[in-house]
Amino acid sequence: MNMIQAINSALDVMMGRDPDVVVMGEDVGFFGGVFRATAGLQAKYGKNRVFDTPITECGIIGVAVGMGAYGLRPVPEIQFADYIYPALDQLVSEAARLRYRSAGEFIAPMTVRSPFGGGIFGGQTHSQSPEGIFTHVSGIKTVIPSTPYDAKGLLIAAIEDNDPTLFFEPKRIYNGPFDGHYDRPAKSWAGHADAQVPEGYYRIPLGKARTVREGEALTILCYGTMVHVVASTVAEADIDAEIIDLRTLVPLDIEAIEASVRKTGRCLIVHEATRTGGFGAELSALVQERCFHHLEAPIERVTGFDTPYPHSLEWAYFPGPIRIREAMAKILKD
Amino acid sequence: MAERNGAGDRTAGDRAGRNLPPLSLYVPEPHFRPGDQADFSGFDIPAADAAPRPDETSAAGDMRDMAYGLVRVLDEGGNAVGAWNPNLPPETLLKMLRAMALTRAFDERMFRAQRQGKTSFYMKCTGEEAVAVAAAMALDRDDMCFPSYRQQGLLIARDWSIVDMMNQIYSNKADRMRGRQLPIMYSVREAGFFSISGNLTTQYPQAVGWAMASAARGDTRIAATWCGEGSTAEGDFHSACTFASVYRAPVILNVVNNQWAISSFSGFAGAESTTFAARAVGYGIAGLRIDGNDALAVYAATRWAADRARSNAGPTLIEHFTYRVEGHSTSDDPGQYRSADEGSHWPLGDPIARLKQHCIGLGIWDEERHAAMDAELASMVKDAAREAEKNGILGHGMHQPFETMFEDVFEEMPWHLKEQLQQAIDEKKAAGL
Repeated sequence: MNMIQAINSALDVMMGRDPDVVVMGEDVGFFGGVFRATAGLQAKYGKNRVFDTPITECGIIGVAVGMGAYGLRPVPEIQFADYIYPALDQLVSEAARLRYRSAGEFIAPMTVRSPFGGGIFGGQTHSQSPEGIFTHVSGIKTVIPSTPYDAKGLLIAAIEDNDPTLFFEPKRIYNGPFDGHYDRPAKSWAGHADAQVPEGYYRIPLGKARTVREGEALTILCYGTMVHVVASTVAEADIDAEIIDLRTLVPLDIEAIEASVRKTGRCLIVHEATRTGGFGAELSALVQERCFHHLEAPIERVTGFDTPYPHSLEWAYFPGPIRIREAMAKILKD
Repeated sequence: MAERNGAGDRTAGDRAGRNLPPLSLYVPEPHFRPGDQADFSGFDIPAADAAPRPDETSAAGDMRDMAYGLVRVLDEGGNAVGAWNPNLPPETLLKMLRAMALTRAFDERMFRAQRQGKTSFYMKCTGEEAVAVAAAMALDRDDMCFPSYRQQGLLIARDWSIVDMMNQIYSNKADRMRGRQLPIMYSVREAGFFSISGNLTTQYPQAVGWAMASAARGDTRIAATWCGEGSTAEGDFHSACTFASVYRAPVILNVVNNQWAISSFSGFAGAESTTFAARAVGYGIAGLRIDGNDALAVYAATRWAADRARSNAGPTLIEHFTYRVEGHSTSDDPGQYRSADEGSHWPLGDPIARLKQHCIGLGIWDEERHAAMDAELASMVKDAAREAEKNGILGHGMHQPFETMFEDVFEEMPWHLKEQLQQAIDEKKAAGL
């Protein structure tokens, strides 16, 4: 399966298992979603469980909070993460705090799916990576898969989870892994080991990272599309890096991070999102606090620049292989 | 000539000679400010029997006039008249009167408690008791209410423990919200009262979602929600009305038009151009504009809307035309922005006085019994406050173990919160606390 099919399969499996699971969002019903992630679900489960919504993100999330309060398990879609901001108040002030402020009387067991990330010439409003805004909010979990296998297992776990969860889907790797070489032919997921996705139910626990590659020279912390860019760059540069795909940002797999950096003594953080106040800053602070005496070089960050996501200058902006290679060389210099 | 960067640098002088009248910005201004004599003599009050009562399943488009009129039942003599008279039995009328009087007595006591330093904050609903109490009585107990912060009457009409409400206000050891929420931000799932949020109108789409869920599951329960007229300006109001209309959600959308949003008069929410019930017209929702100080009108309209929702005929938006008699909150001094005597001149009167007059006219009530009830309720509230104070008051420090601060952020406490909890414990220990 490619990542779209894996996500579709996760939704299908959960809708089949749990009558409380409902799918809603712009164009998700009859049409099956602008990325086809919800294709076939309305025909199979009916309009009461899979339905199109008006174009109002604050409405979609607000309605989902109410459905959760009733006892359903909504899986709303925000068509692009760039358009999640109108729903910010409902996510931050309501979904994230409902359990806390009502001391558990009401909960918001929703999973908000949203395509995110760049690398597709999406320009300013189809490329953003806003995860850092949400990792800053207490009460919300943030999950970002990097393979079809993980996407299905993590999405099932997110839907089953009783806390509000943001599930950001890197749209650049919906159809195939992306190594950062935009000038080479696109690859598909066909034949990829991580595209072997079981048809039925399985889950990958939230809060557990995946070691993509074991290594001794340095630790690279990454997630989403960047996992593939990093893996490819490491292979090309022939560096013995340990690559950790975080998979869940909140709650974070701090044990995996600590164990790796204590072993390698060096740490590189890579994400597409802009640098200042990005999740990389939190990762850097955690590594510094917990692995200080093991560090042999300053922690480096390769991230998007602190600019809006540009259209024609995309490949100058995207944190690609050249920047990652340079950062590795800098860390390994001493 | 200096180079200009853009249109923003243009001045009126640049356009001189073009012979256009200057534009002017209109900023609304309330009729009466501090020091002014309030005068509502020009206020048009339709007769109590003037409004027709359409069938509950009428098409929204056929109800247009209802959004511009005023549904009233009690006339100036306190008689129930017209098509909207719900013809309630005496025991229902007296229960309603009692719940409204209890709401007012509760407000009085808690306002005083705030002034005495027993809690940090309180908000009264004086003058608006009918809006919540009569609505609660017209709904079924298992219908879910999504209130704003000024519908305490819902809980009281549903016979919820006032000691429990006070425990929340005092953030004491019996506070079910564990001292986390600002006073009056109740949550009572058992009484169909959704957790109150400080963020305005967020409850609106949530109520619609609850109602949609109920419909999708083939349930028979409906949802109701409340916001003030000021809050109708929020985007959530629009999204909720759109969703409610599109899916014909079994929901009642109440707008409590009490004329004031803190210091801003209703003109800043658009009241000078139209009514709030008329918002419904554009969404294709049935809209009713009613006398919010007339408990029987509130009851009848709510019952109408509930019947409409239960028969799958869709949502109703009800504008309750009323007046916020007191300050916005204990932190507010309305003398700074409005005429001091406005409330006493309010032409729709006092909801409790009007229902009392009606009951007396029916011969089921009298002044002596009313005075006795007021005395009884005052002492009941006093006893309840004493009882709640045994569990602690805010001024006496934390009544919940501070460790509970870290609970319920998530279903299970993740490692980073466990660490922060431990850090808090260690810091206290190190400080010798």
